[in-house]
Amino acid sequence: MATLPQLGEPIHKPLTDLEIRLEANRCLYCYDAPCMRACPTHIDVASFIGKIATGNLKGSARVILEANPMGASCARVCPTEELCEGACVYEKDDTPIRIGDLQRYAIDHVMKSGIDLFEPGKPTGKRVAIVGGGPAGLSAARDLRLFGHAVTIFEAHDELNGLNTYGIVPFRLAYDVALWEAQQVVNLGVDVKTKTRVGVDVSFDSLLKDFDAMVVACGMGNVPKLGIPGENLPGVWDALDFIERAKLGKSVANLGKHVAVIGAGNTAIDALTCSKRLGAERVTMYYRRGEEQMTAYEFEYEFAKQEGIEFRFFCAPTKIVGETHVAAVEFVRTEIPKGAAKPAPIPVPGSAFVEKVDTVIRAIGQSRLNDVFKAAGIETDGGVVKVDDELRTTRKGVWAAGDCIFAKGMREAMVVEAAEQGKVAARSVSAFLGVSR
Amino acid sequence: MADLSNNLAGIRSPNPFWLASAPPTNSGYQVMRAFEAGWGGAVWKTLGDPIVNVTSRFAALNWKQNRVIGLNNIELITDRPLDENLKEIRECKKAYPDRAIIGSLMEVPVREKWHELVKAVQDAGVDGFELNFGCPHGMSERGMGSAVGQQPDLIEMVTSYAVEAAELPVIVKLTPNITDIRHCARAAARGGAAAVSMINTINSLIGVDLETWNPIPHVDGKSSHGGYCGPAVKPIALNMVNECARDAEVPIPISGIGGISNWQDAVEFFLLGATNVQVCTAVMHHGFSIVEDMIDGLNNYLDARGMKSASELIGAAQNRVTTWENLNLNYKIVAEIDQETCIHCSKCYIACEDAAHQCIDRNVVDGTAILVVDADHCVGCNLCMMVCPVEDCITMAEIDTGLPPESWKQRSATLVS
Repeated sequence: MATLPQLGEPIHKPLTDLEIRLEANRCLYCYDAPCMRACPTHIDVASFIGKIATGNLKGSARVILEANPMGASCARVCPTEELCEGACVYEKDDTPIRIGDLQRYAIDHVMKSGIDLFEPGKPTGKRVAIVGGGPAGLSAARDLRLFGHAVTIFEAHDELNGLNTYGIVPFRLAYDVALWEAQQVVNLGVDVKTKTRVGVDVSFDSLLKDFDAMVVACGMGNVPKLGIPGENLPGVWDALDFIERAKLGKSVANLGKHVAVIGAGNTAIDALTCSKRLGAERVTMYYRRGEEQMTAYEFEYEFAKQEGIEFRFFCAPTKIVGETHVAAVEFVRTEIPKGAAKPAPIPVPGSAFVEKVDTVIRAIGQSRLNDVFKAAGIETDGGVVKVDDELRTTRKGVWAAGDCIFAKGMREAMVVEAAEQGKVAARSVSAFLGVSR
Repeated sequence: MADLSNNLAGIRSPNPFWLASAPPTNSGYQVMRAFEAGWGGAVWKTLGDPIVNVTSRFAALNWKQNRVIGLNNIELITDRPLDENLKEIRECKKAYPDRAIIGSLMEVPVREKWHELVKAVQDAGVDGFELNFGCPHGMSERGMGSAVGQQPDLIEMVTSYAVEAAELPVIVKLTPNITDIRHCARAAARGGAAAVSMINTINSLIGVDLETWNPIPHVDGKSSHGGYCGPAVKPIALNMVNECARDAEVPIPISGIGGISNWQDAVEFFLLGATNVQVCTAVMHHGFSIVEDMIDGLNNYLDARGMKSASELIGAAQNRVTTWENLNLNYKIVAEIDQETCIHCSKCYIACEDAAHQCIDRNVVDGTAILVVDADHCVGCNLCMMVCPVEDCITMAEIDTGLPPESWKQRSATLVS
């Protein structure tokens, strides 16, 4: 496996054997544990920690990965404070069990020792196509293989595991961990067609003819344009392209002295910290709302502060200025009108200001792949694929999972959610194909 | 400051904390360090015909993150010449005349040999003797230690051999590897012992290495049963001390031994009938300095209760232990769960549900398990309280049954008549 740049020390080091032993023995092994209920994939946390305590690391990893095929990446990127650890009965005393770190320990063991934990089910003769080999697609593929169905993943990129591989900074989730995780699924006998864009290289209709069912897990698209003058100038980046190039060790040109990141989500944090670690002198986040409205997790925000990132709230870019390259950005101050039902920020008249900037990275969310869904003949709601409880789309034989069904207030765009949706879709697909567990 | 001074059958020491005859009292160097740390007395590592020891010698029972909750040893008595030991005893006594030094003795059951050993050790200036009738490993195969302590007639006989030559109090140290320790203690008393000490170590084997299948500890791949001690044996020791303390045929004081690690453990032994206590495993784990808190903690405990002397504790609760047939059948307690401090772990629920009487109702409200005791069916077994990780969250409340106290003894007598 190629050694890729780590961009500095990993944020989170694995616990030592001593720490693991103390932590695994500190767990109460609650009955019907709150941590398990808080996990979107319902990992039996008490069981896997108990197994660590008895030295049964293989069994521990099996418990984790059975419930969550994406357990390796989730151990590193899950917002555990908001999920399992936030629900821990010790949370009351601010000393929750370090569940994420324990999970990582158990899975690192199988990763290092090369143990195979699962076997495909008895062949059913049924074939399922999966569009997109990210966390949702891999999770669905894994469970469909356990049911015994033949699975083919169509992946646009060179490698599997989607944003885990390309979109999360390496000091949070290493490239080789993401690839190992995907390989565990592939090892169950999954056919993988990389560099294949469904809807471009192969049509939905032909796939639906060749396969008995389909799971659409194609995620979302690029970061949308800001819609202001000057954003085609060199030096303006899509945050995901930027992170991908940085993670793969490709050139991101000279970032200059001052990098401006527009947006305040977790990808914005990744772009900010990545820029800093790539050597930018000043890195500033600009956000049109306030600190409290930031969508980045609290711990991500804290991490960014520690990395020396600057934050400017209540300002929005109006123009990117430069001759042949970004040189400055014009901003206007914003405010949120009092009493507004949905607090949309509005510009404050006469508040324009200019910042000298060498690179602009936009991180204002992701666009929806409307064209793809249209080609697939599945209905969306504002670009969000419409699904029922079993994640069936409006088209018979087609399911959807992952970020393509993510909708604010409905579902979270988390790896662990995608993993669960993959499982749910796989179960429903399998029932449709006449195989139930 | 309460009075901590101790008098066990005429053997005086400034406090009731002695070191038991064991590795920590193997040499004058160690005993000097112990006295410097504050120990009231030391029972010297058992003297006798020097032996040869093996390696390895100890093994521990660990539980979760807690190391050495039990300790097993296959070390024998002193492996140093008697003269050397006696010289060091003299030096220690000279340096610390106020501390008690007890000569622990082991010898084959031959009168002359005992007389000879007792006199030699007596000349070194000890304050008393402890006859090692308890060591359960190695020496017992040679007819000593627990081989004596497991036969009351031998206990009585050998005790009398020692007493004949001794001008000082003789303590008899008893083995717990018997069915009823009172018979052994009575025999010691009949033989002329001034006190008994208990318990010596319990026959044990710590475990097996899952990789090599070697027993633990092993000597070149083989093991032999050892003597078990440490915090895990305390309940066994407490019961035996109390049984002897309440026995009319054991009219002599008791030196309590077995899992005592701190002043709290010591107070329990005093309350149930021990006059003083001996410590080994806790020192093997943490060193001699633990005695500082034993003294300080006991002092503060006595002061807080307005007690003038530690001796007021001796046997103060010993008669609260009785036989089952005397327990009140009409006494009723039920569990109560404090909803304020409950952390909703449901440990109480699953324990009661699977292992007791299914008396805890569990309702998940907004993702939180609410646990409530069904007081009508609770039998007051204590299990939920025991497994609850939060101190005082589950308490056992007394319910007035409106019935007068009635024991099984009384009830069965009524049934017969």
